[in-house]
Amino acid sequence: MAKRLNEAVEIRWHGRGGQGAKTACLLLADCAFNSGKHVQGFPEYGPERQGAPITAYNRITDEHYKVHSNIYKPDYVVVVDETLLKSVDVTSGLKDSGALIINTKKSPEEIRRIVGYEGRIGVIDAEKISMETLGRNFPNTPMLAAVVKVSKVIDQKKFVDDMQESFEHKFRRKPQLIEGNMKALVKALEEVKVG
Amino acid sequence: MSKRDRMSGNEAVAIAMKQINPDVMGAFPITPSTEIPQYYSQYIANGEVDTEFVAVESEHSAMSVCMGAAAAGARAVTATSSAGLAYMWELLYVAASQRLPITMAVVNRALTGPININNDHSDSMGARDSGWIQIYAESNQEVYDNYIQAMPISETIRLPIMVCQDGFITSHGVSNIELMEDEEVKEFVGEYEPDNYLLKHDNPLAVGPYGISPYYMEAKRSQAQAMKDAMPVIMDVAKRFEKVTGRKYGFFEEYMIDDADVALVVIGSSAGTGKEAVDRLRAEGKRVGLIKLRVFRPFPRQQLAEAMLKVKAVAIMDKAESFSNSGGPLFSEARSSLYDLPNKPYCINYIYGLGGRDITVEDYYEIFNDLFIIHDTDDPGDIYRYVGVRDSRYGERGFDHRKYED
Repeated sequence: MAKRLNEAVEIRWHGRGGQGAKTACLLLADCAFNSGKHVQGFPEYGPERQGAPITAYNRITDEHYKVHSNIYKPDYVVVVDETLLKSVDVTSGLKDSGALIINTKKSPEEIRRIVGYEGRIGVIDAEKISMETLGRNFPNTPMLAAVVKVSKVIDQKKFVDDMQESFEHKFRRKPQLIEGNMKALVKALEEVKVG
Repeated sequence: MSKRDRMSGNEAVAIAMKQINPDVMGAFPITPSTEIPQYYSQYIANGEVDTEFVAVESEHSAMSVCMGAAAAGARAVTATSSAGLAYMWELLYVAASQRLPITMAVVNRALTGPININNDHSDSMGARDSGWIQIYAESNQEVYDNYIQAMPISETIRLPIMVCQDGFITSHGVSNIELMEDEEVKEFVGEYEPDNYLLKHDNPLAVGPYGISPYYMEAKRSQAQAMKDAMPVIMDVAKRFEKVTGRKYGFFEEYMIDDADVALVVIGSSAGTGKEAVDRLRAEGKRVGLIKLRVFRPFPRQQLAEAMLKVKAVAIMDKAESFSNSGGPLFSEARSSLYDLPNKPYCINYIYGLGGRDITVEDYYEIFNDLFIIHDTDDPGDIYRYVGVRDSRYGERGFDHRKYED
């Protein structure tokens, strides 16, 4: 007897070692879990060094998902560091029905000319938002918010409430970071531009 | 009652250990199992458990600590991977021959040469003849469930046990999990009260004396008997576990096998990917199935053979190379188990996933396609094959170079 197929929303993260792409990937898994989903969040490990290109993955489903391979045909690709466009084929296998979400000062049209991707492109200046709200370049939180906004894999209000709780827990010894991160999150939800 | 949570496979082991609160942990860090002692030392530092943690200078000493503790009647645990397991080699045999119920979390990683930190089964498969029970997991849930079941199995039969999971794939992958309540775990695992131990006042004993020829062979024979007797113990513990959690375990899991024409036999996380391939091919009306082996030591020879007899062609998957020129370790034993039976299926071997090489649903389509060719032509062809490798004999068949080239 054939079983009903359990379709996954698949997300691939591209970042550089030390930027927190893996942390953002695991945070997204946490948020999706809190909204009642089944999740996978896993990094791909190679020779680890700061600044080297790294990849991390999410699968979000309604039921337990059995596949344990990497993701080659993602619904969404998140690029945490724009300079990766020069060395990594970030849109490889990316579905046209999905979206590319990238940390950049450029417009969606400019990015489209570089990557040649036909689907939606979401741009977010995570560096600017992070500098304004946290005073340092931590692109994680704005990128996470941009993914949630563009992919709609999690209810946005639920996401904001969950993150407040999550930051309160994570930064209980550094409470000054809670407000900054929440500001970065809300600002990113407002400022992400899709073209 | 269970608690819905999400965590990595390494954290799942550490949480299970915390719920059990063993007497002694001897450990030395090695990727990708490092997080297990790391999480666990935090629990100790927080006063959540009162395990004696012995931070040693090597895995050789980590196993020695466990052996000393277990011989003294304590519940002893450790965790390791790859070269760390290899460095324990000498002691693995000693622990098994001394019949010490040590529980070791093995986070499977390739053995060095060339150096590699990613997953395959060469480390624990290399230790398959050391006299340890070996149980493997597909998912984080199974990692947790197997760990909870390991101690009652090991302590009942007095053999050490390896609870294996795939490095990074489950050890570092976060996914949903159902945790048992602490009290449920404590009741299930129970207190450890050994009949004999080193410093028992009314019956002191020697552990590890020289085994002269008139006695050595009897010692080995009794170990072999213990491994045989572990079979019903493993099933009894699984039945008791099912009563508490509702989750069913055995020597292996049969997935869509009863009416299948062809099937896979596979160990560990790649079984999940294989099941998805089975689901999708079943949706197209193809009669395919899968057997996921959970218990490799003791090897469930008769039961596995009966399951494989249900189909006409079987692909036996090995995530370790034996360099035997006659197939990997699972293939050799699974195929041999069929020898005396009539109407045997064709068996072919695939070596896959070495050093973290990914295996995808599409790779499984290729394998099932090969099995259907054998099914239809009655010609098994070359029975010793690789999948997902650059191989001049097969060109680029089944291999996508884009996956691996920057």
